[in-house]
Amino acid sequence: MKFSILINEGPYTHQASDTAYQFAKAVLAKGHEIFRIFFYNDGVNNATRLTTPPQDDRNIVNRWSKLAEEHKLDMVVCVAAAQRRGIVDEGEAKRNGKDATNLAAGFRISGLGQLVEAGIQSDRLVTFGD
Amino acid sequence: MLNIVNKSPLDRGSLDSCLQAADGGAVLLIEDGVYGATRGSVGEAKLKAAAGKFKLYALAPDAEARGIADRMTDGVTMVDYGGFVDLVAEYKTCQSWL
Repeated sequence: MKFSILINEGPYTHQASDTAYQFAKAVLAKGHEIFRIFFYNDGVNNATRLTTPPQDDRNIVNRWSKLAEEHKLDMVVCVAAAQRRGIVDEGEAKRNGKDATNLAAGFRISGLGQLVEAGIQSDRLVTFGD
Repeated sequence: MLNIVNKSPLDRGSLDSCLQAADGGAVLLIEDGVYGATRGSVGEAKLKAAAGKFKLYALAPDAEARGIADRMTDGVTMVDYGGFVDLVAEYKTCQSWL
C-alpha cells in the first residue's frame, strides 16, 4: 500500500516528529511504500541541518536524512512555510538574496501542490501535528 | 474511519470532539492521548460511553513511556507502531484530531 505522511510540528516540540518517524519506519518495515513525506507549518523546522542537539539526545533532523537516504524517500518542505521560518536551499538563497543555506540532506523545497499530489497518489495520508 | 487522538482530554477537547462528531469506526489514542484511557480518569467514562460506537486502541509505547500501560481501561486494545500501520491500512480513511 502507498502511504504519505504530513508533519505540521517542529522537532523537539511535543512528539509529532518522533511519532511520525517511528510510524514511517513501521510503514517501511511492513513492506509498504512511502510516496512522500511533506513538512508544513512548523514542521519545516525538521529540515534545518544546523541543529545541534546534545550528544545523548536523538538527532531528529539527521534521523530523517538517514531514513530518506536508506529508503530513497521523497521529503518535501513547503516553500512558503520555509521562507517564513528561514529554511533555505541554494535556489531560495539566490532568489531572496540570502547569504546562507541550511536545508538538510534528503529534503527538497517545493509547493503545496506536492501535498495535494501526495493525497491523490497515495492510498493513505496520515497527519502528525500539535 | 480511523480517528487518531494525540492530546490528553485534560489538555484539549480533541477526544470530546472526536467522540461526538465522528461516525464510528475506530479511535486510536497516541502520545498524550493515551491518558484518556487511564483507569479511573475522566477520559475513561467518555470512552466507556462511546465503546459501542468505536473500536478503541492505544499506542503501547506511548502508554509505557508514561508509566500507565498497566492501568489502561478494559476494552482498549494496545498496539505497537506496526499495529498503528495496520489500523491505517485497515480503515479506508484516517483523521488526526489536531
